[in-house]
Amino acid sequence: MYIFVLRRILSTIPVLGIVALIVFMMLHLAPGDPAAIIVGDNGSLADIQRVRDQLGLNESLPMQFWHWLLRLLQGDLGRSIFIPQSVVSLIGQRIGPTFSLAGLTLVFTLLLAIPLGTIAAWKRNSWLDRGLMAASAAGFSVPAFVVGYLFIWLFGLRLQWFPVQGYIPPAQSLSGWLHGLVLPALTLAMVYIALIARVTRAAVSEALTEDYIRTARSKGIAEWRVLLRHALANAAVPIVTVVGIGVALLITGVVVTETVFAIPGLGRLTVDAVLSRDFPMIQGVTLFFSFVYVVVNLLVDLSYLLLDPRIRY
Amino acid sequence: MLRRLWAHGPIRWSSLLLLLLLVLVVGAPWFGTLLPDAMDPANANLPMFTRALFNDLSGDSYEHLFLLGTDAMGRDLWSRMLYGGRISLTVGAVVALFSLLLGSLVGLVSGYFRRVDMLLMRCMDGLMAIPAMIFAISLVAIFGARLSTLLVAITIPEIPRVARLVRSVVLGVREEAYVEAAVALATPTLKILRRHILPNAIAPLIIQGTYICAAAILIESSLSFLGLGLSAEEATWGSIMAEGRSQFNQHPNVVLLPGVLLALTVLAVNMLGDGLRDRLDPKFNKRT
Repeated sequence: MYIFVLRRILSTIPVLGIVALIVFMMLHLAPGDPAAIIVGDNGSLADIQRVRDQLGLNESLPMQFWHWLLRLLQGDLGRSIFIPQSVVSLIGQRIGPTFSLAGLTLVFTLLLAIPLGTIAAWKRNSWLDRGLMAASAAGFSVPAFVVGYLFIWLFGLRLQWFPVQGYIPPAQSLSGWLHGLVLPALTLAMVYIALIARVTRAAVSEALTEDYIRTARSKGIAEWRVLLRHALANAAVPIVTVVGIGVALLITGVVVTETVFAIPGLGRLTVDAVLSRDFPMIQGVTLFFSFVYVVVNLLVDLSYLLLDPRIRY
Repeated sequence: MLRRLWAHGPIRWSSLLLLLLLVLVVGAPWFGTLLPDAMDPANANLPMFTRALFNDLSGDSYEHLFLLGTDAMGRDLWSRMLYGGRISLTVGAVVALFSLLLGSLVGLVSGYFRRVDMLLMRCMDGLMAIPAMIFAISLVAIFGARLSTLLVAITIPEIPRVARLVRSVVLGVREEAYVEAAVALATPTLKILRRHILPNAIAPLIIQGTYICAAAILIESSLSFLGLGLSAEEATWGSIMAEGRSQFNQHPNVVLLPGVLLALTVLAVNMLGDGLRDRLDPKFNKRT
C-alpha cells in the first residue's frame, strides 16, 4: 500500500512538469518579444533591455526553461512587474480570503448536496426527485455572476440580511468574517451543489439496487440507517471523486465571485494581474491554481484507501 | 431517428428555445432593434416598454419602442442583448466544433497508434490540470482580446476531455473482430479509422459537444463580465452586465435581464445534452 501511495504521489511530477512547460511556453509563444509585450507600447528600448535581463530572455529557450524551473522548485515564482514584491509573497497575502471562501463553500456544498442527492435517490422518480434534478440543471446553467447579483439584489438590497461587499479577516471579527462570507460562499456553492447532488443521486440509486440493501431492509434495519450506512457509504467513492474534479469549477467560480463581492483574494489578484498584463504574476497564479487542483485530486485518490476497504493496491 | 428524438420532451423544448434564440439573434435587425452601440444620453435608464424619441448622434431622430428599456448611456437594452447573443452563440458553436475535431484527432491517434499514446496522454493530463477559466484568462492576457484569441483560448482546455473520450472508444473497439478483419484485408489505416472506428464515437461526441458549447458560453460571458473579453465597446451578455454594475442598486434590470437570457440559453443547451444522452447513449441508460 505504501508503494501505491508513493507511486501515486510521484505520478503528479510529470503532470506538474507539463503544466510548468505549458505555462512557460504561453509567454514565449506569444508573437513578438515578451519583454516588449511586458513593457507595453510606451516603453523605451532601455526598458525593454532591462526586462530582458530581468527575465533572462537573452539565453536560449531550453536554458531559460531550465533556469526558470530551478527557481520554481526553490519556490521562487519571480517578481511582480508593478508591485515591488515577489509573486510568492503576493499570493501568500491573498490566500486567506480565498481559502476562507472556498472552505465555507465546501461546507455549504457538502451539507446541502449530499442530503439532497440522497433524498432524490431514495424517492426516485417522485415529484421531489424531479424538482430537485430540475433545480440542479438550473444551478448548473446559471453563471456565478448572475447568481451573485440575484443574491445581492434579494438578500443584500431588498431584505438587507447580509453585507454585499468586502472582506473582514477572522482575526478582526469572527462573526463579521462569517457574516460577510455567507452570500459569496452560497453563490460559489450553487454550481458545486448542483454537480454533487446529481452524482450523489446517481451513486446512491445504484447502491440502492444492490442485494445487501434488500438484506439490510429484510433484517428490519431502520430505513435511515440503510440509507446512511449501507447506501451512502457505498456511494462515497464516486462522490469524493467529483468533489475533487469539481475543484476546477470552484477555481473558475472564485475568480468571478471575488470580483462580484469585492473580496481581495487570489481570484481578484488574477483579474488585476491580467488587466495590468503582469506576466510573472499571471504565470504564478496559473501555476498555483493548477498545483492546488493536482494536489486535491491526489488527496482524493488517496482517500479511496480509507473509503473503500475493497481497494487494495 | 429524428422523430424519436423529437418525441423526447426536454429535447423538443430546448431545441425550440435555441432555434427561437437563433432566429432572434441572426435576424436582430428585423426585430425592433437599433444598432447595439447607438446611444442617446437623453434617453438614459428608461423603464421597460417605453416609447420615446431617439436622437441619433448623427442627428437623425425617430420614435422607437424600447422593449426592455435603456442603460445608463441611453442604449436600447433589447438591441444590445440580441446583438450580444451573436457572440455567445458563435463562441458556443465554434468552440464545440473545433474542440470536437481536434480532440477526436488526438484521441484517434493516441488510441490507435500506441507508440505516441503515452506522450500525448501526459500532455493532455497536464493541460487538464490547468483550470479552463485560468488557462483562457492567461491566453487572452498574452495574445490580446480578439474574437479569434478568445475562441482558441476557450477551445484548447476542452480538447483533453474529448481526446480521452475518443481514445477510450478506440481502445474499446480496436480489438473487435471487424477491425481485425479490416486490418487483415490491408485496408488503409485512415479508412479503418474513418469507417470502422470513428462511427462508434459519434453519439458520445454529440453529447459531449453540447456540454462543451454550454461551458464555452459560460466562460466567454464570465471573461467579458470581468472585462477580459472582447473590447468593452462590443456588446456581449457579459459586458452588458459588467457595465450595468455601477447602477445596480437603482436599475437592476440592466444586469439581471441579460443574466436571465444567458442562464436560459445555457440551460437549454445543457437540457439538450441531457436529453440526447438519454436517447443516444444506451450504456448510460442502463447504468442509472
